[in-house]
Amino acid sequence: MTYDAGHYDVIVIGAGHAGCEAAFAAARRGAKTLMLSLNLDMIAFMPCNPSIGGPAKGIVVREVDALGGLMGKVIDKTYIQMRMLNTGKGPAVRALRAQADKPLYMQEMKRLLENEENLTLRQAMVEKLIVEDGVCKGVITETKAAYRAESVVITTGTFMRGRVIIGDVSYESGPNNQRASVKLAENLEELGFELVRFKTGTPPRVNNHTIDYSKTEIQPGDENPRHFSYETTEAILDQIPCWLTYTNEFTHKIINDNLGLSAMYSGMIKGTGPRYCPSIEDKIVRFHDKPRHQIFLEPEGRSTEEVYVQGLSTSLPEYVQREILRSIPGLENSEIMRAGYAIEYDSVVPTQLWPTLELKNIPGLFTAGQINGTSGYEEAAGQGLMAGINAASKALGKETVILDRSQAYIGVLIDDLVTKGTNEPYRLLTSRAEYRLLLRHDNADIRLTDIGHEIGLVTEERYQNFLEKKKLIEEEKLRLENITLKPTDQLQEIIEAAGGTALRDALKAADLLKRPEMKYEMIEAVTPSDKELSWEVKEQIEIQIKYEGYISKANQQVDRMKKMENKLIPDDIDYDDISGIATEAKEKLKKVRPLSVGQASRISGVNPADVSILLVYIEQGKIARVSNE
Amino acid sequence: MDVDTIAAISTPIGEGAIAIVRLSGNEAIKIAGQLFHGTDLNKVESHTIHYGKIVDPVTNEVAEEVMVTVMRGPKTFTREDVVEINCHGGLASVNRLLELSLSQGARLAEPGEFTKRAFLNGRIDLSQAEAVMDLIRAKTDKAMNVALKQMDGKLSKLVQTLRQQLLETVAHVEVNIDYPEYDDVEEMSHEMLITKTKEVYVEIERLLQMAKQGKILREGLATAIIGRPNVGKSSLLNALVQETKAIVTDIPGTTRDVIEEYVNIRGIPLRLVDTAGIRETEDIVERIGVERSRQVLKEADLILLVLNNGEELTEEDIKLFQAVDGLEVIVIVNKTDLEQRIDIQRVKEYAKGHKVITTALIEEKGINDLETAIAETFFAGHLDAGDLSYVSNVRHIQLLKQSLDALTEAMNGMEAGVPIDLVQIDVTRAWELLGEIIGDTVHDSLIDQLFSQFCLGK
Repeated sequence: MTYDAGHYDVIVIGAGHAGCEAAFAAARRGAKTLMLSLNLDMIAFMPCNPSIGGPAKGIVVREVDALGGLMGKVIDKTYIQMRMLNTGKGPAVRALRAQADKPLYMQEMKRLLENEENLTLRQAMVEKLIVEDGVCKGVITETKAAYRAESVVITTGTFMRGRVIIGDVSYESGPNNQRASVKLAENLEELGFELVRFKTGTPPRVNNHTIDYSKTEIQPGDENPRHFSYETTEAILDQIPCWLTYTNEFTHKIINDNLGLSAMYSGMIKGTGPRYCPSIEDKIVRFHDKPRHQIFLEPEGRSTEEVYVQGLSTSLPEYVQREILRSIPGLENSEIMRAGYAIEYDSVVPTQLWPTLELKNIPGLFTAGQINGTSGYEEAAGQGLMAGINAASKALGKETVILDRSQAYIGVLIDDLVTKGTNEPYRLLTSRAEYRLLLRHDNADIRLTDIGHEIGLVTEERYQNFLEKKKLIEEEKLRLENITLKPTDQLQEIIEAAGGTALRDALKAADLLKRPEMKYEMIEAVTPSDKELSWEVKEQIEIQIKYEGYISKANQQVDRMKKMENKLIPDDIDYDDISGIATEAKEKLKKVRPLSVGQASRISGVNPADVSILLVYIEQGKIARVSNE
Repeated sequence: MDVDTIAAISTPIGEGAIAIVRLSGNEAIKIAGQLFHGTDLNKVESHTIHYGKIVDPVTNEVAEEVMVTVMRGPKTFTREDVVEINCHGGLASVNRLLELSLSQGARLAEPGEFTKRAFLNGRIDLSQAEAVMDLIRAKTDKAMNVALKQMDGKLSKLVQTLRQQLLETVAHVEVNIDYPEYDDVEEMSHEMLITKTKEVYVEIERLLQMAKQGKILREGLATAIIGRPNVGKSSLLNALVQETKAIVTDIPGTTRDVIEEYVNIRGIPLRLVDTAGIRETEDIVERIGVERSRQVLKEADLILLVLNNGEELTEEDIKLFQAVDGLEVIVIVNKTDLEQRIDIQRVKEYAKGHKVITTALIEEKGINDLETAIAETFFAGHLDAGDLSYVSNVRHIQLLKQSLDALTEAMNGMEAGVPIDLVQIDVTRAWELLGEIIGDTVHDSLIDQLFSQFCLGK
């Protein structure tokens, strides 16, 4: 028998990176929210690498922050090292990455959630969903508590029927020896979910005191660290470095000799692993002519001696792991604290979701994060935030929020998942975004703060600051476009010092700034603004003016895309009724049920002729409706 | 609805008296206006027809005499602005008009697209909708089959090779971006990217050059024979055709009509165009012939300029040399059977490096030399017809041109020092355009390439 444990607007199952954002967003939007985690000490735990951000992913963190989410704020308070990557490249691909203090990150996230109004945290294992008339109405826990809710968000990561594998040892488990979630997985199967088995892995951790760093290269953080959150004002200056070492032919020989013992190669693992995150045995097999591979040693926090051995993800037996480690310079005497392992788990085939992350077949139920076939903390946080926003929309009767591919990496991520699905754990890459010049690290606030404010996640104070920043940018851009610079000696000297060719005639300041060698500061030296401009404002002005040509080209592409995106497909469309569409395309369309013709055109197997016919059919339906009325 | 402007040949392919290129969309009138010399089409009233010339905006050459109908939306077939360009029938001229329209920003219409637009813009009623869908399906299938059949295996292989080269380059740049700390891929430099891009650029250029030569093979090398009256033009024509088509007499000006004849010279089809002798004359019929001869000159791929060995160079001969300046010319000094009065040295000076052949056509002497000269002029002696015929489809040519443009932009960007990840957008665009030729535009292959080419991971 179950007991009535209460009624909420939104219930979030899981407290990982997706769950935290989902619960916070729902609660902040005013929904009475319950977050259920099977271990409240593991809130926002990082089961794999101790870092947040990097190319594409770092931009997601900025987007989460611009929308009012938590990840950026929390990492800014708890990093041990911050680095801006790709500084030598264009503005679109610059990426911030932080090394996290894992325990501190968890602590800070928990503190924020515990103090959030409207949010209740409770330790519990959910075993079953309450589904009535095909609609999700709540959850039942192992301890027989029945919670009812308008919306339920599942963010169970790799816990569903999780199985850890180390060599020939294998046991049922979530990450880091936590309990696996088995009954819920079975329940989802009963409810008709299409599940798929994925695999991922993590490397061993070794004790800091047993590493000889003199044999490795230092990887320090940036001297002037930048931050993820638009609200962060204080930098952490006592940063901790990472270290770089390499595998060698001895390492590779050990791996080759023991390949048969790897769970990956002995056939013990059936799940599909991610190509972008191969195990060390995969790397040796697939790229056997490479003499060495990079190994980064990354501290897991200030209060712990555990060091993450990046590059050595493996499912080889523990004693082989020790041998491998000891073949690597600097790690000859290293002591393993936790062995590396592979983990297999169930994930939901994401084409079963609407772009709101609600299940098509079970209204009221949302899924977000690794359960949707992604990997990475940032991908999880982005989805969690959107699922939380939309779960609250549903419960409170508000508008749904869907980001498109030109608005955010989060939009690219979710559109890819629900439109194309994925046949391996999905990771965001800059190359997945066709408008990446628009989806920059530096302009996440310009892209998304309006939305964050409108849905009630961005505070009024921050919003006003944002509006002020925007105004300053526009005013200064306008000024530079209108002011003419004469080729004075001072200016010629500045240009010469920057390595440019001298001016022959006067020209507009903005045109001068477009030259590759010119920086805003150089223009400012000749014609300063009468306003106090922050470096963020200056950066925006420089990027927007310098890359105007490319940016406007990208904007034209977006306009073209939007036309198809705005052609909505009626939700009662019957694809079987459309005679001209090819059978394969029909099956795909029936499964994905795209919301717009634009989305339909991105489904693999739906060719341009099918899209044309679809357009005509929809138009025909409109005419039919008008003539019926 | 779609705002881009589409263009297509709207009359059946084949020889007809006239042919029509139709444009539809917001820019239809503007695009036609950029090509049309005559009334300003942007200012004319709707549903009016205008006489004028189509001029290639790049070369400023007159391409065709046309009648242009301007119809502004919504009272048109598609409810958009529509322009119909009526030109002389014949595949070559109508194809040229289509190509010019595409070069000015129109997009080649998809099969059934005019009808589709008509429908989507509410021009066709409900009962016709089913038919429209059937039409799209049928036309697309047919077009696809035809396109697949048309596409030579060689072209498809070559395009695939080029795409692979671009893909590897793009993947290299992407790896630098997504895995900045990955140390054993060299950072792709501007120099490396320029080199890689240039390789593909040169290949595409070669393909386009072949397309041009392939066209020559299909349609024949338009060859004009010019010269003063009675220098032996008709004899030359006869010698090449080996049958008497033009009337050969000693009376100047007896060849009045332009006669077209196809002959095969060492595997090169020549479309011989005999012109009435170019000279000033009072005779009205004669003058029409001369006018048409002049028109033909600019169109010709090859001009055979015939001189009389038995006479000194005249003012008219020199005018002819001036008229053909800059064109592909072979100079033939005929009638070597007569006593030499012509100054060969001067002829060579006027020929400006073009080949000068001597013949005695009446005795069938020198024809072999002439044939050799023609073959050498066009294919530098190493003609492989199999290589030349495979880029023929207008759509393919258009896509090749567009990808060439994208690569040009990429290279310009690189030279201007634009960051590599921006330049790479244009390289990717070229890759996508090439993909459209072989019907492969799946973006995922980049990510596949990324992971098969490089060893990445944490």
